[in-house]
Amino acid sequence: MSTPASGLAQIGKSVVIKGELSGSEDLYLDGQVEGSIALKGNSLTVGPNGQVRASVDAKGVVVQGKLEGNIQASDRVDLRKSAIVTGDISTQRISIEEGAFLKGKVEIQRTDPK
Amino acid sequence: MGEVREVRVSSVSQTFMKFFRGSSGPETIPAQGSQKLTRRSSGLGELSRTWDSAENLCVLDLGSTSPTNIRHFTEHGHRIYSEDLLTASTDPELLTKDEQGNAILDSRKFLADNLVYPAAHFDFVLCWNLPDYLDESLVKPVVGRLWSVLKPGGMLLAFFHTRDAGPDSPCHRFHIVGADTLEMQKIVLRREARRGPTGAVHTAVSEGFQLQRVFNNRHIENLFRDFASIKFFLARDNVREVLVVR
Repeated sequence: MSTPASGLAQIGKSVVIKGELSGSEDLYLDGQVEGSIALKGNSLTVGPNGQVRASVDAKGVVVQGKLEGNIQASDRVDLRKSAIVTGDISTQRISIEEGAFLKGKVEIQRTDPK
Repeated sequence: MGEVREVRVSSVSQTFMKFFRGSSGPETIPAQGSQKLTRRSSGLGELSRTWDSAENLCVLDLGSTSPTNIRHFTEHGHRIYSEDLLTASTDPELLTKDEQGNAILDSRKFLADNLVYPAAHFDFVLCWNLPDYLDESLVKPVVGRLWSVLKPGGMLLAFFHTRDAGPDSPCHRFHIVGADTLEMQKIVLRREARRGPTGAVHTAVSEGFQLQRVFNNRHIENLFRDFASIKFFLARDNVREVLVVR
C-alpha cells in the first residue's frame, strides 16, 4: 500500500468535498469527493479510505479505494488490489492488480507515432 | 425454466441469509493459495480466430474482474467491458417474493442496475459459467438482455456442467492465457474485514457460489432459442461449451 509522498497535496480521510476540484499539482485523496476532478498534466491517487463519486481527468490515476465515475487519463491508470471502480476508463496504459474490482469499459488510447 | 432439473433446492433464501450476516456486499476473490488450473477451450479457440484478425471490437466479460483478460483484449486494440454479474446478484436489495410467496430475486431491478448498454453494442460476450451459478429467477431475463446488447452476428460463449460433481463443481473465474487456453481459478466469497477483541483483523471467508442446476442440451437450446445458431463442444472435464450467434 503506497503512502503519500511528503510535499504532495493531500485531502485527508475526514474531508468531504462536493463540487469541482481542479489543480496543477499531484494530489493524494483519502477523503470523499463528489463532483469532478481535473488535474490535467498531474496525477491523482485515491487512497485506501478514499471514496470518489466524480469524473476524473488527469495525467495519471492510482486507485486504492473506491471510485465511481469515468476516468480519463492521458498517461496511465493503476488499479491496486483494494480498488473498487465503477465507470469507464480511457487511458494509454493500464495496470490492474489481482483482486481489484472493475465494472466498466477499458479503452486504450493509442498515440500516433510521429 | 421450471423444466430444468434442479440439483440444488433453490438457494435464494440460503444465499441471502449468508449475505445478511454482514453489512456490506461480498467480494469475490480467488481462493487463497488456490492452484490455477488450465484447460483447453474449443469455443475460445473459435472466438480467438475472429478477434485476432479484427480490430476495435467490443467485448463484454461477465466474470470476476480479470487483469489478464483486460490486458489480452486491450493489447489487441479492442475495447473490453468488465461486469461481475454473479457478485451483483448477491445484492440483498434484490430479494423479493413471487405471487406464491417464494423468495426470488427481482430481475427487473437487477436489469435496471446491470447490463445497461445500448442495443447491438457488443461483438462478443464472455458468459463463462454464469448461467450455471446465477439464481434461477435471473437466468432467462439476463439471456434476453444479452441477446439485445449483442450485435447481429455477435457471439456469446458460455460453459455448462454436464453433471453435478458436488465439491468438484466449484465456481471458477477464467483468464485467457492463450488462443484456446484458459486458466481457471476457484472463487470464494470474502466478507468485510472485522476487528476482533484482540485488535486482530478477521476476514470471514465462505465457500464460493454453488452450482444451481444442470442444463441438458434441450434446455440450453431453449435458453438461447432467440439466437440464430448454437454450437456445442463437449469437453473432458464434465463441461459443455456453448457458442451461440445472434
